[in-house]
Amino acid sequence: MRIGLFVPCYIDQFYPQVGIATLQLLEKLGCTVEYPLGQTCCGQPMANSGCEQDARDTYLHFVSLFDSFDYIVAPSGSCTYHVRHHFDIIEQTDAVQHVRHRTLDLSEFLLDVLKIESLDAFFPYAVGLHQSCHGLRGLRLGKSSERVEPPFSKMKTLLGMVEGLQLVELSRPDECCGFGGTFAINEPDISAKMGKDRVADHLRHGAAVITAGDMSCLMHLEGIVRRQEQPLRVLHFAEILNASK
Amino acid sequence: MQHAQKAAHFIADEARTDWHDEALWFVRHKRDLAANSIPEWESLRECASQIKDHTLSNLANYLEQFEANARANGVHVHWAADGAEHNQIVWDILRRHQVKRLVKSKSMLTEECGLNDFLEQQGVEVTDTDLGERIIQLRDEPPSHIVLPAIHLKKEEVGALFHEKLHTEKGVSDPKYLTEAARGHLRARFIAAEAALTGVNFGIAETGGVVVCTNEGNADMGIHLASLQIHSMGLEKLIPRQADLGVFTRLLARSGTGQPVTVYTSHHHRPKPGGEMHIILVDNGRSAHLGRKDFRNGLKCIRCGACMNTCPIYRRSGGHSYGVLIPGPIGSILSPGFDLAKNSDLPFASTLCGSCSDVCPVKIDIHQQLYKWRQIVAQEGELPPVKKWGMAAAGNILASSRRYTFFGKAARIALDKLPRFLVYNSLNTWGKRRELPQAPRESFSEWYQKNKGGKRV
Repeated sequence: MRIGLFVPCYIDQFYPQVGIATLQLLEKLGCTVEYPLGQTCCGQPMANSGCEQDARDTYLHFVSLFDSFDYIVAPSGSCTYHVRHHFDIIEQTDAVQHVRHRTLDLSEFLLDVLKIESLDAFFPYAVGLHQSCHGLRGLRLGKSSERVEPPFSKMKTLLGMVEGLQLVELSRPDECCGFGGTFAINEPDISAKMGKDRVADHLRHGAAVITAGDMSCLMHLEGIVRRQEQPLRVLHFAEILNASK
Repeated sequence: MQHAQKAAHFIADEARTDWHDEALWFVRHKRDLAANSIPEWESLRECASQIKDHTLSNLANYLEQFEANARANGVHVHWAADGAEHNQIVWDILRRHQVKRLVKSKSMLTEECGLNDFLEQQGVEVTDTDLGERIIQLRDEPPSHIVLPAIHLKKEEVGALFHEKLHTEKGVSDPKYLTEAARGHLRARFIAAEAALTGVNFGIAETGGVVVCTNEGNADMGIHLASLQIHSMGLEKLIPRQADLGVFTRLLARSGTGQPVTVYTSHHHRPKPGGEMHIILVDNGRSAHLGRKDFRNGLKCIRCGACMNTCPIYRRSGGHSYGVLIPGPIGSILSPGFDLAKNSDLPFASTLCGSCSDVCPVKIDIHQQLYKWRQIVAQEGELPPVKKWGMAAAGNILASSRRYTFFGKAARIALDKLPRFLVYNSLNTWGKRRELPQAPRESFSEWYQKNKGGKRV
């Protein structure tokens, strides 16, 4: 099984430790992982701004790097969602369709492909889970609070495998953090207010760490935590799953 | 002014923003409890969605069936291509009956058509009789929510308004007292009115009847007291059969306010003895919208307001920040169809979180449509130039690994080395209320090449 690691642009540039944790975690689980060099981005910044035509070449570049892999794994629900759902404006060649079908978020790959049931991970902290919207409602990584169906959550299942980890309940379990890509820049006041309210919910319930499947949400929340000098750490869930004694 | 500026203005009063957010979240929470009381909720949504899809696909036939059945019941049926025609039809009916006083209830459509202003210019006294509608009518401002039109106001503000307009006691804001005052005030209007006009929640093709769902009983009081009744109905309000109605009444109140059903679900089929009943079918852009493949299913909307209550941006920016009659997520996908240039900012007043689509009782893919409207806004040249060129540049950089690596490194060095006042300047809207990420010395790609000896592809 050839596994290609996709490290989204903002993780590559600003949070290399998340890429490293993802790689180490997959290797620990016995996978042979390749990171094709020359990666850039999934094209979402342009597309969500209305300029998906400007993202065509980025889509084609992505496909050319990854079409030879059996699975493309990304530590991001949002970028995965974009590849799967919005690479529909380029010609749907076999390569494009293959890449769209085989790009998975890390939690999907661990649970649906590797079907892991346990992890050798240790993280003795109170953790609040921020359920990033594109993963939750786009990829259906869990039940959203709006829907009436039996509860499930891939993220919680995985965090439940971590020894010592105590998951805190939140008042609003899946409200958006307000990042929203260029929304954070176009509507900075609402965006920051939404983030501030999310952080407050985690703090109120005793979280020492906020985690999520998307570093983009966490970049925004971390920016607020640091500006307000709040006693919270922000970690991608891959870093937690990769933490050991 | 654009949504972002109006939102910034709203949010400047943080305590009030929190109050507004909590008030609407409370309604969303009640909706969750109500929805969860129905195990088959998701299949009910699917059923409603399919009924509406089917109706929209056969709208012309159902409209003709509806008209024929209503006429057979002795109802006068009128067709209005736009708001002006609708208003003229209402005025012609009122003039014929020499109506000087009209009571109105439950109609976003007449707001859409600007009926009140038009009739007042003709010398007709129009009284909105829903409490919330009456409050904003007295304040001379538009509704901020389609179900809770005065949700942006605190009870103290209503108390002050009633003191000024209805001469209630100064400084008293007890809701029961204020409601009693409004009842007394409205009672006189009901008795004096010669005609009553309501909106329509559902028109039933099979029977030619209309259904009006309310909580206050004012629509019924108006209609029962006046011999002349008029119902203004958007084309999209149609459902095929009486048997389909239950699907929607089960969803509507639960989604809107968390009630199992609205207090009144009134069915109007024919004029009362000696009375006259009119139904005005209004297009006003709806058939044009039906022709937009990617957006037509926005017409499935049953106006429950759940997407507003759940929207984290609506809750923190208020309905007036959208600058259109129907605010929030649903308004942001309907309004660009009416006037793209004026409303080009609305599809961007969202993080695309998708909560609106999941809460929608008729499964409108609201956030997907927001995404699609964004593409159209750009195609039609309505993006601000700085964004347009910025995105073209970003597309150019991100399509090439060499350019991406160069600019990525440059950004990290700049973040690391530049003095704080240069990075956190007035153009950096991110940095207004947030820190930028701390720039690491090496990117993941650089680490990988050093430690794993990867080769460039």
